Amino acid sequence: MKIRRTASNVPDRVDITMTPMIDIVFLLLIFFLFSFKIVAVEGDFNIRMPAPGAGTPDLEAQLPIKVRLTADAEGNLTGIQMADRPLASFSDLHEQVMSIVGTDAGPNSAAENTEAELDCDYNLKYQYVIQAITAISGYVTPDGHIVKLIQKIKFAPPKNPG
Amino acid sequence: MKFRRKSQGESPEPDMTPMIDMVFQLIAFFMVLLNFGEGEIDARIKLPSSELAKPPEAPLISPLVLQLTEDDKVIFSGEPIAIPALERPLATEVRMLELNGQKASEATVVLRADEDAKTGVVQEVIRMCQDKGFEKFALRAKQELEQPEELN
Repeated sequence: MKIRRTASNVPDRVDITMTPMIDIVFLLLIFFLFSFKIVAVEGDFNIRMPAPGAGTPDLEAQLPIKVRLTADAEGNLTGIQMADRPLASFSDLHEQVMSIVGTDAGPNSAAENTEAELDCDYNLKYQYVIQAITAISGYVTPDGHIVKLIQKIKFAPPKNPG
Repeated sequence: MKFRRKSQGESPEPDMTPMIDMVFQLIAFFMVLLNFGEGEIDARIKLPSSELAKPPEAPLISPLVLQLTEDDKVIFSGEPIAIPALERPLATEVRMLELNGQKASEATVVLRADEDAKTGVVQEVIRMCQDKGFEKFALRAKQELEQPEELN
């Protein structure tokens, strides 16, 4: 006699319950979606500023280019001066710097030996300082390369608040 | 002859595989983009932008991050403190550096100042760091795509 196994005794395949896994996976997805934040890329302007009087003075350095930034009571920029000459905008400042140091780059170039000193009003908003440093320290070519100009930047002694 | 319907009462199950594939891909995408270096980035600071601000090629040596808010406070280790009260944490930092065999002049002070912070206050913070022996400063700005400077 032949005994046949009926289909009801042996299941075709073992089903894995997917529901808990899908629940967890969706929770993970929601977590990452909410914690996702587009962060702007940040960069630095490296400035070497020893305390006044510390270290040996750089004899090769020329007299610094003095850039004066004035502000009103709210901290908005009211004037830019370079070596006591008033300038209209930061692009003018950039052109002036270009005319002094030229396009020459590399070791012992004019850009490397020139120093700039920023003399800012106490109230001036910091964004204008960064704009001035940007105008002085370089520019971006149309193909995306950064050309460095003056890298030695220092601040004049801080002015009194008011 | 009798015909029996085999799958009586069973609902047809949809094929979940493509959906699960997609969901896993999305999770992998967000996981990779998750920024783990956000510890030092504070939402209270709105950095000034500059087209020259490019991320450093090499990691900074012993960075000390000082975040200066618009209302003249320095966020140090997550806590806003007044400028004069910065002396003590700075002295502690210098001591920690010396314990590790480093000098303050070798460390870099990363200054994340708000775009509306007063320049005089930024200079005060720099001077306090200089008094403690720090020489290298990194003024942080966010990267900006090149735009025409003056639109008339």
